[in-house]
Amino acid sequence: MSDRVVETLKPALVAGGVLLFICAGGLLGWLRQPRELRLDPPAAADLDQFRLMHNGISGTPPQSYFALGKPYEADAYNLSQGKRLYSWFGCPACHGDGRGGVGPSFLDGWWLYGPEMVSIVASIRDGRPHGMPAFRDKMTIEQIWQLAGYVQTIGSYTPKVAAPSRNDDKNSRPAENRGPAIIMFDEGPTGAHFDQGPSP
Amino acid sequence: MRAVPPLLISTVVAASGCSGNQSALDPNGAPAIHIEHLIIVIVIICTVIWLLVMGVLGLAILRRRDRPAEDPISEKRLTTVVSAAVATTVIIIAGLTIASFYTTRGIGVPEDAALTITVRGQQWWWQIFYASSGATPGFQTANEIHIPVGQDVHLKLESTDVIHSFWVPSLAGKQDLVPGRSNGLLLRAEKPGVYRGQCAEFCGLQHSHMAIMVVAEPAADYERWAAAQSGNAVIPAAPDAVAGQAIFMAKPCAACHTVRGTSASGTTGPDLTHIGSRQTIAAGLVETTRGSLAAWIADPQTLKPGNNMPMVPLTSAELQNISAYMESLK
Amino acid sequence: MTPKDNREIRDTAFDAAELERRLAATWTTPPGLLGALSTVDHKIIGRRYITTAFVFLALGGLLSLLMRLQLAQPEARFIGPDRYNQIFTTHGTNMMFLFAVPVMQAMAIYLVPLMVGTRNIAFPRLNAFSYWMYLAGGLLLWIAFVLDTGPDVGWFAYVPLAGPQYAAGKRADIWAQMITFTEVSALAVAVEIVVTVFKQRAPGMSLDRIPLFVWSMLVTSFLVILAMPAIMIASTSLILDRLVGTHFFNPAEGGDALLWQHLFWFFGHPEVYIIFLPAVGMVSTIVATFTRRPVFGYLGMVMALIATGVLAFGLWVHHMFVAGLPRLGESFFTASSMAIAVPAGLQIFCWLATMWAGKPIFKTPLLFVIGFIVIFVIGGLTGVMVASVPFDTQVHDTYFVVAHFHYVLVGGAVFPLLGAIYYWFPKLTGRMLNETTGRWVFGLIFTGFNLTFFPMHILGLRGMPRRIYTYQPEMPWSGLNMFISLSAIVLAAGFLLFFIDAIRSARAGATASANPWGATTLEWATPSPPPSYNFAKLPLVDSLEPIHDDAFLPAAIGLRVDRRELLITSVVEAAPEARESSSGDSIWPLWAALATTVALIWSIFSPWAVVWGSIPVAIALIGWFWPKDVPEDDS
Repeated sequence: MSDRVVETLKPALVAGGVLLFICAGGLLGWLRQPRELRLDPPAAADLDQFRLMHNGISGTPPQSYFALGKPYEADAYNLSQGKRLYSWFGCPACHGDGRGGVGPSFLDGWWLYGPEMVSIVASIRDGRPHGMPAFRDKMTIEQIWQLAGYVQTIGSYTPKVAAPSRNDDKNSRPAENRGPAIIMFDEGPTGAHFDQGPSP
Repeated sequence: MRAVPPLLISTVVAASGCSGNQSALDPNGAPAIHIEHLIIVIVIICTVIWLLVMGVLGLAILRRRDRPAEDPISEKRLTTVVSAAVATTVIIIAGLTIASFYTTRGIGVPEDAALTITVRGQQWWWQIFYASSGATPGFQTANEIHIPVGQDVHLKLESTDVIHSFWVPSLAGKQDLVPGRSNGLLLRAEKPGVYRGQCAEFCGLQHSHMAIMVVAEPAADYERWAAAQSGNAVIPAAPDAVAGQAIFMAKPCAACHTVRGTSASGTTGPDLTHIGSRQTIAAGLVETTRGSLAAWIADPQTLKPGNNMPMVPLTSAELQNISAYMESLK
Repeated sequence: MTPKDNREIRDTAFDAAELERRLAATWTTPPGLLGALSTVDHKIIGRRYITTAFVFLALGGLLSLLMRLQLAQPEARFIGPDRYNQIFTTHGTNMMFLFAVPVMQAMAIYLVPLMVGTRNIAFPRLNAFSYWMYLAGGLLLWIAFVLDTGPDVGWFAYVPLAGPQYAAGKRADIWAQMITFTEVSALAVAVEIVVTVFKQRAPGMSLDRIPLFVWSMLVTSFLVILAMPAIMIASTSLILDRLVGTHFFNPAEGGDALLWQHLFWFFGHPEVYIIFLPAVGMVSTIVATFTRRPVFGYLGMVMALIATGVLAFGLWVHHMFVAGLPRLGESFFTASSMAIAVPAGLQIFCWLATMWAGKPIFKTPLLFVIGFIVIFVIGGLTGVMVASVPFDTQVHDTYFVVAHFHYVLVGGAVFPLLGAIYYWFPKLTGRMLNETTGRWVFGLIFTGFNLTFFPMHILGLRGMPRRIYTYQPEMPWSGLNMFISLSAIVLAAGFLLFFIDAIRSARAGATASANPWGATTLEWATPSPPPSYNFAKLPLVDSLEPIHDDAFLPAAIGLRVDRRELLITSVVEAAPEARESSSGDSIWPLWAALATTVALIWSIFSPWAVVWGSIPVAIALIGWFWPKDVPEDDS
């Protein structure tokens, strides 16, 4: 490379560098995650007001959910809280580490009631046929949204940046931030539960 | 009590008045007393050293200078003086090391403690296990340890999540609770009293509100307390407490807390079987009264932001009943 | 070019004016933005480093004021726990990694080449690279903090709290990766300093004629080279645990939470001496100049520096006395921790002896040195206290320790540093700082510091733990805390005055002569500020004090003047060995730093960044090392 080439390239190089710094700032901006430790009671109550299709599958979250910036799907703090709730409220008893057991798997690509947040929230809150109990009396609605966000995350085929990482205990499957559903899918089918169809 | 700006401090918190002493300079247990003696000795020696050095510094910079600076005799004398000072340093350091070593031997965990209690750190409270002894079955409690006065108590320190540190300065030095390990600490109170301590290793959002009360009482009182704690919860009699119990079982409360003798058997939060008998709630945050219980249950995230207890929507009547029930769990 | 030709462009062939003109043409950084971004002049980079570090000092100071605001009253609600944790983490991280270590190295970047009488630092492009890496790491931390994504796990980032399970999001990763940035830059500078001191000293500057500041920076650089890899291993393991699920710190899968503490403190304790030893050099220099005699016990001082450096690696466990390690092992570390008081004591005694024997001139730099001795001796003695296991079990992680290490680090390093800034400001900028203001600055900082930090000893003994965002009204701490918060305003006022004085004097201070203090080290034998080539003719060193009547003996070396050339000398005797070319300006270090920045930040998100991100780094390095078709050196 001759010096002249370098000379002519220099302004472009400098501009590029400045641009890169701005991009790095932007990247971090995208990461911005203030933690909401105390959701206002009216906002929490509003989270209960989502609309569900008649068949109990899919629907629309309340408007306030979008106003908050869909915090239960993309916020690392909420997802990690959801992960705690998953074990605190006994989910592993039926769903194991996400691969299912008595209950259906979250990692096999099948969402019996669809992968939308409202469907999952409804499943947890109101229960579903074939043994899924209702948690509306055991958890607050905010906790249910946190847990639903986590459940959606472990089954996601695109690993979320904000997804929790491994726990400090025996690990039975890849951690959430590595996209366990993809890895498991690549390794072949693990007991899909065709007997538990979407119809009641 | 000083005036409190209402915006700054929640009145509930400001109104609490429960404190045992929490100071290394007010020791009431054998280990803490040994350490205090060592502290006093070292601080005195160090103060004398500092004063001497300051004296020399003052003289060095302010003394009258009639002698030529490069006087060779003065240079030789300096060497002698500096060498002597270094030798003195070595001797003092050696002395302090030996003193420290002997004190260390006095605060070790004894082989044959009268009582062994397991303390398990959690974000942000203390889970306490008493093993069964004689007629008393084992039981679990939280944030409050009772010990008999004048007896060696062996604390087994464990953690379920992050590193915490158990520190009740009036009774003993601190010891970390490290996940994956079990540490030991000797606790001993020479006189009855309430000794406050708090977590000393940064453990996250509510590290500041993770206090523990150690209640030292005569052996007979201790036995009585242990017998009472090991029993099931009292069955509420007052109508509001009865109603509170029903709400407690129907609402999310029972999913995380245990009240022995009822259907509530959650293990995520502290055991509430005898919460009414404890001096404080929420790990030393506030004194246990019906009002503070209500304030805590109504809005735990304002009193202790980030803790793991959710804000459960309750009507004011439900809230009153639940706090009445909690208060009745003596 | 034949040897006959280049004989004519050696420095021996010109008179003084012509020589300076030609040297300036060869060495001066071209003007403009591009020149500024591609410069490899150690003085420009050194000034930049120092300025940036002081900006970080000011920012970190603001954070401490926020903490004092919150702690002034019990259960105050100015700052919530989440933000408070970010604030104290960023304060500690910033002060240790972005201020204290870099500013000491920055002083060395500027001063060491001048003090050893050479024309530029060794590996000048690496030097430029290290600055850009440092800047990028600092920006990473502060941008994250401003965006409410700052690390909140403490500057020590203990696992499991900082591990994958308990530190959600990318906050802890930002901390860990910021470590990588600052460590890369610190290691680069350390290597440059070692090589500069070993191979570029002026002819005749044998080991026993090296100024004490240079000795201290040499020992410090070795500490950096030996200690920093431990923290890079630790922070990289942490990122691996968090990103790809390795189990270095997971007890359930065979890892160990205490492994982190061992790795961290194996770096963390020498870190204290990395910050303190340069200050020892600064104090020695200032004491010698302002007492008008050489420091008493040169050999003893050098031995104390080296002894401190060696002992520094045998102390780390005293940060873990309450973690549950075997008591017998801990007692060993009590002994070694106390033993380090011996070399520290020797240094103090030597300075006292120097002052005793000399004729002190009470200018601002010496005031800071006196303040340093008053405060640092307290810090050293409380260090002896916390070295005792039983004592430590009561004060560990309390405000006693907060007081202790501020006495050591502010008293032991910032006071000498401020003295050094007052002392070397004329050499840095060509202008003097204001002496009257300097006395006020010293008075305010000294008073404010002691009023702020001394009561913390008492608070700690009375049971107040560290890192709490609030405390309850029934605890008997509120009076002292309010007092401390008010005192912090005095301390802050002192620093504010210092910054105002520095900015004003840099623009419009009195012009400085080459040697305003009548000092005897080589940097004072060249104009203030020094020309781009530092010395028109390289000095010949005949003693520890090579300046006689503000000038040195010029050496007839015959370095070329038409390209950047340095003299390489032998390690022990500093006998001339070879002429070596020194790199010219280049934009590539900036590019390499940018490429590394992208790769490092990206690797918080994906392990593949290490693979793909290395391609731009490789391209930048190829540009950097592209052969210039000139001989590297000549014997």
